[in-house]
Amino acid sequence: MNSVDLSIALPEVLLSLWAMVALMAGAYFGKDGLARTLTWATIAVFLLLAVMIGVLEPQTRSAFGGLFVDDPFARFAKVAILLAGAAVLVIGVDYLERAGMMKFEYPILVALATVGMMVMVSAADLLTLYMGLELQSLALYVLAAFRRDSLKATEAGLKYFVLGALASGLLLYGASLVYGYAGTTRFEGILSTIHEGHMSVGLLMGLAFMLAGLAFKVSSVPFHMWTPDVYEGAPTPVTAFFATAPKVAAMALLARLLHDGFGTAPGDWGQILAFLAGASMVVGAVGALSQRNLKRLMAYSSISHMGFALLGLTAGTQAGVQATLVYMAIYVAMSVGVFAFVLTMRRDGRPVAQIDDLNMLSASQPVQAYVLAILMFSLAGVPPMLGFWAKFTVLAAAIGAGWVVLAVIGVIASVIGAFYYLRVVYLIFFGSEATPLDRDGAPAQRWMAIGAAAVTLLGMINLFGVEGAAAIAAQALVP
Amino acid sequence: MLNLLSIITFTPAAAALILAVLGRDKDAAERRNAKVLALVATSATFLISLILLVDFDPANTGFQYVEERPWIMGLTYKLGVDGISVLFVMLTTFLMPITILACWHVEHRVKEYMIAFLLLETLMIGVFVALDLVLFYLFFEAGLIPMFLIIGIWGGKQRIYAAFKFFLYTFFGSVLMLVAMIAMFMDAGTTDIPTLMQHEFSAGPISLLGWQIAGGAQTLMFLAFFASFAVKMPMWPVHTWLPDAHVQAPTAGSVVLAAVLLKMGGYGFLRFSLPMFPVASDLLAPLVLWMSAIAIVYASLVALVQEDMKKLVAYSSVAHMGFVTMGIFAANQQGLDGAIFQMISHGFISGALFLAVGVIYDRMHTREIEAFGGLVNRMPVYAAVFMLFTMANVGLPGTSGFVGEFLTFMAVFQVNTWVAVVAATGVVFSAGYALWLYRRVVFGQMVKESLKGIADMDAREKLMFAPLIAMTLLLGVYPSLVTDLIGPSTEALVTHYNAALGIEAASAPVTHAAAPAAAPSH
Repeated sequence: MNSVDLSIALPEVLLSLWAMVALMAGAYFGKDGLARTLTWATIAVFLLLAVMIGVLEPQTRSAFGGLFVDDPFARFAKVAILLAGAAVLVIGVDYLERAGMMKFEYPILVALATVGMMVMVSAADLLTLYMGLELQSLALYVLAAFRRDSLKATEAGLKYFVLGALASGLLLYGASLVYGYAGTTRFEGILSTIHEGHMSVGLLMGLAFMLAGLAFKVSSVPFHMWTPDVYEGAPTPVTAFFATAPKVAAMALLARLLHDGFGTAPGDWGQILAFLAGASMVVGAVGALSQRNLKRLMAYSSISHMGFALLGLTAGTQAGVQATLVYMAIYVAMSVGVFAFVLTMRRDGRPVAQIDDLNMLSASQPVQAYVLAILMFSLAGVPPMLGFWAKFTVLAAAIGAGWVVLAVIGVIASVIGAFYYLRVVYLIFFGSEATPLDRDGAPAQRWMAIGAAAVTLLGMINLFGVEGAAAIAAQALVP
Repeated sequence: MLNLLSIITFTPAAAALILAVLGRDKDAAERRNAKVLALVATSATFLISLILLVDFDPANTGFQYVEERPWIMGLTYKLGVDGISVLFVMLTTFLMPITILACWHVEHRVKEYMIAFLLLETLMIGVFVALDLVLFYLFFEAGLIPMFLIIGIWGGKQRIYAAFKFFLYTFFGSVLMLVAMIAMFMDAGTTDIPTLMQHEFSAGPISLLGWQIAGGAQTLMFLAFFASFAVKMPMWPVHTWLPDAHVQAPTAGSVVLAAVLLKMGGYGFLRFSLPMFPVASDLLAPLVLWMSAIAIVYASLVALVQEDMKKLVAYSSVAHMGFVTMGIFAANQQGLDGAIFQMISHGFISGALFLAVGVIYDRMHTREIEAFGGLVNRMPVYAAVFMLFTMANVGLPGTSGFVGEFLTFMAVFQVNTWVAVVAATGVVFSAGYALWLYRRVVFGQMVKESLKGIADMDAREKLMFAPLIAMTLLLGVYPSLVTDLIGPSTEALVTHYNAALGIEAASAPVTHAAAPAAAPSH
């Protein structure tokens, strides 16, 4: 380890240092009076780091003897993670303060989870992968149970922890198998043991276990069961965080592992991914039909969306990776918008999250009604909103690689999914009369929701350049 | 003008934006302002689109007024019109001011209502001028959003069911088309429609899940497009969303739905199915022709027993769209001319019929045929107008309804006589339901107390109908206005279609060198 290594991992180092400093400050000054300041400072740190990573020259650098890699792919994912984290912190402040949960640990845990995610996407070795993943997961377990006095939140935290530990175990077992059969933990070393597009059975078993562990992290069917309960039980700002940054990190890690470690045998893992993608799209769409809680609905919606994102990876091509990255970026923007709105939902000062609470929202809050409608149509994949372009790009990648039947399954699932998004729109605009939601307060959430809706609508002009950045990133991963 | 099509397309959207930002919806004056702004915007769009019509060169069978800019994901923002699409643009811009007039008495959430219609106009025009596959899809699909809200917010009692059915039916058809579009993109490497029209998609038989599919990839793509356009048309047996949507939609929504939205399906067949998948079209034409014939007879019979006027007109629309698909898949000059003519004419006639139903609905708040009778006694002008459009709907010579039916019959007679025979019986039924409706509503003694005070049409309503009457009669006595404009383009399409088939037919036994000789001369 030398100073060059540290300079390559500078963003991670800086963020870790910031977490330490914040922890010391919080501990030294005692009570939670500092929590609000620390949150905003953390947001600023996130944004600064995102800019810092974003302006780097596109090049690939390796550090710590090849354990850690910094390339355009990692940078794309890191910027997305940092921006998602910052946005989620912004929309959570007001909610946490009102709920009396504004503890100084909150931004610190988010920061530590973010460090874990950044390490994950830069992993070039099974050990780095595991380390990053665990750092992220441990912080997230605590966040899930952040509302200590709530039975549901505690249950969510425990459920997440037990199942997460199981998934980590599977992942670790798979990693050990891969190590046993490849003789190395380095991705490029694993890749060199694959000959003529086929891997040994032991390696395949190892990969299957690792995929199971990672499928848990991206909440892909059949490892999705935890998602609705954890989404519902966790405090809404934490749910918003779960739905965005960790998903990007896990998806990027999956792409990294598959292409850097097993890239020459796409035929062997393509079918596993195809199953995960197809099952996720369908189960997510069907499962959401009967949901009455907006957070649970978003959980199933995220399962379905992860299926679509996996569709891009299934293609196993550069276009596929690019499509998945674009999909994740768009998915994060839409999710942040929806959760920002959910965080404004209150009746008589108490937070609510049932779909029926949205009845005739358009009468009491016309602007927010249209914002939510735009986001819902976007999630459903109706053009011209960004959600359509996300689906379009992954479908194009999948069809380009010959996965036509899977693409047809996907679009049929999206029609099923359209039903429940439409139900939200119908309640907003022509539901029955109900006590209106509170109209005051929560300016940050409201503006974030408006911004997200504007982004999904205006994105059709040029996708804000995400497409080009994703192309460079995909090029770095799949030459 | 360089950006004429963009200007026409986005003028209504710009007005919608202004209305959204500056508009208010608090008192009657503000609501009136919203309506006036919408009326001015749609009228201005119509006037601008007249330039398009005047400057349009019918002899040029290529695309005119082409605009092209690079866009995202390797797509292009490309607009243009040819003889096939130009009249649909005109139909849309022509009907929108009338539609706005038709909702003059709406007082519920007027600002949003106007915004919805203005956005819808932009999206509808966009469908007809888009020359990029995905751009077309974007306009095609996005139109569902305002229509969903129009039916849902301002519709009748069963509006929620109707709105969902409308959205999900059409959405389901369209996503399959999206898959086919992407497959075309991957195959041809471009989404440029003029290029794709020249691209020969593989038509060799392929085997899928053990099934041998004649026409191969072309057939699969054709079916995917068919799923979308057949639902949109709507063709039997996927027409069931239409009566629900029509009955529940407000009057203006019904007018737009019948007059323009249904035409997107027919336009899609002409723009995509025939030129891009000629082999598959030829292969499946008998199926489509029979579906059309069934649609004509079946929908007419169903219309005969309807109790609700709007539902009756809706089923009559299904029958008339049957003529359109019949003409298109006869795939000869008369057929295509007749199909386009029928679509334009149906735009005027069905629009007018829905307006006519709206006129008495506004007064009596019911659409039950039973509730009326003897209207001629108190509403002579209305009776005359309704009479004209009833006759036009039946296809009386001298009205535009006749020309389209006649041409499509002539076309299909050359291709498949039995289909023509079956479809001809539908014409008799259509005279049956239309005249019977007219008799029950307008003639007879005015016995119902509630009708005694009913007033005849006011100036606004007469203004609404005047242009429609003029167009129906004008096109009825002078159909060349339309056929001269579209003729060269349809001729080019037929030539292209036959050439593609001729080459395909010849290439199986002999080499390509013999193909030009084998192609039928036109």
